Amino acid sequence: MSTVLILADFASEKATKATVEIATAGAVIGEVTALVLAPVGKGAAYAASINQGPVTKVLVIESDDFVRHGVAACADALAHVIGQISPSAVLVVSHAFGKEVAGRVAMKLKIGIITDAVDVAADCTATQLVFGGSTTVHSKVNEGTAIITVRPNTISANFAAATPAIENTTAPLSDCSKKATITSTEPPVKGGRPELTEANIVVSGGRGTNGDFATVEAFADSLGAAVGASRAATDAGWYPHSHQVGQTGKTVSPQLYVACGISGAIQHRAGMQTSKNIVVVNKDPEAPLFELADFGVVGDLFAVLPPATEGVKALKA
Amino acid sequence: MVFTRLFGWPFGLLASNLGHMKIAVCIKQVPDSWAEKKMVGGLLDRTNVDAVLNDLDEYAVEEALRIAEAHGGNEEGGANTVTVISMGPERATEAARKALSMGANDAILISDPVLAGADAVVTAEVLANVILKGEFDIVICGTESTDARMSVVPAMMSEKLGCAQLTFASKVSVDPAAKKVSITRVTEAGVDEVHGEFPCVISVVEKINEPRYPSFKGIMAAKKKVIDVRDFASTGAQFTKSWSAVVDSAPRPPRAGGVVVTDDGTAGQKLVDFLSEKKLI
Repeated sequence: MSTVLILADFASEKATKATVEIATAGAVIGEVTALVLAPVGKGAAYAASINQGPVTKVLVIESDDFVRHGVAACADALAHVIGQISPSAVLVVSHAFGKEVAGRVAMKLKIGIITDAVDVAADCTATQLVFGGSTTVHSKVNEGTAIITVRPNTISANFAAATPAIENTTAPLSDCSKKATITSTEPPVKGGRPELTEANIVVSGGRGTNGDFATVEAFADSLGAAVGASRAATDAGWYPHSHQVGQTGKTVSPQLYVACGISGAIQHRAGMQTSKNIVVVNKDPEAPLFELADFGVVGDLFAVLPPATEGVKALKA
Repeated sequence: MVFTRLFGWPFGLLASNLGHMKIAVCIKQVPDSWAEKKMVGGLLDRTNVDAVLNDLDEYAVEEALRIAEAHGGNEEGGANTVTVISMGPERATEAARKALSMGANDAILISDPVLAGADAVVTAEVLANVILKGEFDIVICGTESTDARMSVVPAMMSEKLGCAQLTFASKVSVDPAAKKVSITRVTEAGVDEVHGEFPCVISVVEKINEPRYPSFKGIMAAKKKVIDVRDFASTGAQFTKSWSAVVDSAPRPPRAGGVVVTDDGTAGQKLVDFLSEKKLI
């Protein structure tokens, strides 16, 4: 059986749900080996946190250069391991870090790269949703190893308990991988709400909020949802750019997307069209986003959301 | 600058020794992000849609101009130059012209039929070779193109050039005398302070600045600026083979019609009922 190498993803020193997702995707192709790149002294703890998903083996490399030099050092190590074990495919989580590591590895080894896959078949054909989710594309790497980045929250993860064999190894890091140096790292500011791209529910506000996001936030909090915003809202300075959903912002595909006071320009649709359920609240019955709505309310969000917030709270109580 | 014509010198050496910076901005012409996009024969149909300078590259052009302006300018007689580099069909000169009208000095466009359908690896290989020959100190890019949305080319170019990767920057500080660059990197993983030396590849996020609108004077001046259109062979890049390709594509079926109600005071509760029915609560 062929081997699939995944680059394990960690947050707060624990393997993330996205790690289990790429392991699940990889198991369709072959036996999954997870590569753990950890700071010195942390390898065993990182590896031990890979206790779910179809992973048969964990390779651990410890080096403080992964922390100090980030993407480039991690790419060197991943490329080295690919050279050693010749996997049929390499899967990486599709966030900024994962895509950049994959990009450098593809360049270094001259292998094909596919980004933002939402599914991967046994023959390594990747499914992508492009142009804001309006078009499904199947892409394939023609020869050699494929390196594929998989979008979080799109693969239904197999959380079965795992007891993989753990093996320590090393990788030489080139001088070129140490040209950029990270001197400080601040974890993302957690506002008590889930991260936008990983959230199961996203509630977004747009022009219709008139700059008042309190009502949108209250509804989001009743659902345990992340808060998003349209470009109109972030450009107006009503909400931070980091929350922008759309072509030039984040792409989300939650179980439920609630758009409040967002008309639904292509710009915005590009970032949320692949959501499983879409709810639209807008005063304007002509708002194009109603075309995508599973449930739509023609009405003022300031009138509709407060009773809905109370209703959700009552149901949950 | 006459020195830069001396190929074979170490990358960036002469230009930066003089305290001058050679800044390159990599841009891409993309279909207008407001337009409907279609696939034809495994490639994006670029002929039947309006083509514009990639939104996110405007921030890169702006940042390059600001860095040049903060350290002696890039006007005639200024200390620095800002060169736009692009790869694409000949029509991509329009996007380059936009960057020139914002204030860049000149442009290089690699345009060759052999590059049609080039993947990210080929794109990075070609651009990196042009950058290597041009002996640039700083290369600035947007974080992604609004059509392919891969976000990998800046990292790939840094790999190819063997230089510092300073990507996803929300802030850039340059010290031309010390040839040092520091950035604040902002991603979903948090905020990092990252440092490197010339030469380096930077990508900038959209909150870094507010791109200027080309002035009338800028637009007129841009008409006289040089766009050097080159073929693939001139770049010295080693290959045009793309490893990845689209197998097939299809528009996704429209969503099945949903329910739309008009608020009569009960829509909030109806919304809760819908969520409950779908087991979303």
